[in-house]
Amino acid sequence: MATEGRIRAPGGLSCREFVELVTDYFEDVLSPPLRARFETHLAACNGCQGYIDQMRDTLRLVGRLDDDAIPEDGRERLLDAFKRWRASR
Amino acid sequence: MTVPSRPQHVDSPGSAEDRLLEALRSGSESAYATLVGRYHRPMLAVAGIHIRSEAVAEEVVQDTWLAVLSGLDRFEGRSSLRTYIFRILTNQAKSRARREARTVPLSTLVEREAVGDGSPAVAAASFSDDASSWPGHWVSDPRRFAAGALDQVLEAETRSVLFRAMEALPPAQRAAITLRDVYGWPAVEVCQVLGVSAGNQRVLLHRARSRVRAVLAEYLDGN
Repeated sequence: MATEGRIRAPGGLSCREFVELVTDYFEDVLSPPLRARFETHLAACNGCQGYIDQMRDTLRLVGRLDDDAIPEDGRERLLDAFKRWRASR
Repeated sequence: MTVPSRPQHVDSPGSAEDRLLEALRSGSESAYATLVGRYHRPMLAVAGIHIRSEAVAEEVVQDTWLAVLSGLDRFEGRSSLRTYIFRILTNQAKSRARREARTVPLSTLVEREAVGDGSPAVAAASFSDDASSWPGHWVSDPRRFAAGALDQVLEAETRSVLFRAMEALPPAQRAAITLRDVYGWPAVEVCQVLGVSAGNQRVLLHRARSRVRAVLAEYLDGN
């Protein structure tokens, strides 16, 4: 693939490879040398900066879904069960 | 570090949980409601790994709450309340799956999802090997989502896009992202509840996050 005069990927990582390392980067489990290459790539590549920003935003949004209500009928049943349990003690 | 931090309200099974347990034992409905709000959806996600039918999974979770309550007086607090609840859940879900004779060992399912398909985080067509840049670079650079688009998240439509994206995930991936990213559980507890190694947990999470990002990007940017 690499031909004479070909642009070298920053950090020696293609963007295709970079996106597969994002979770390990967030989880802080990349080896120090790989982490350094990851960060070198990130610093030089607009697309991957945009990608990692999108991923951070995705996580922030997903993290706001924890207030989702439990469907009404399920909640009623749970509460009934609780009241029966309380009454039976 | 690099991930947006948020309150880890379920993290420390210390004294806050003790107080909750005490209140529950004394019959506090609000303590019960707090627990249900905190664990009901994670329980559904975990039950979904064993049981395909949503209705049956909901039944199993309902039965689990009953079992949690009726076992409460015998619960000695040697494990965290969360561990206790999810141990009951896993047992209930497994025996239900066994009764319906469609049990696939959890390890097999999870492995299949973690190692099986090898699907990339981003569609292969998004990258190019042409000579305009380095090999494997973006065809078109992803750009940060517009701030206005993010404010829409509380709107019903965006929420339902996210929920649908998560529901479409294979069950172990869905459980991983639900526990880790929606409810903020630490990795080690997710490994414990799902019965997977730290490495496989990361693979499940990676697949799930990548997929949800792709769906969100398509919705917000059409890219």
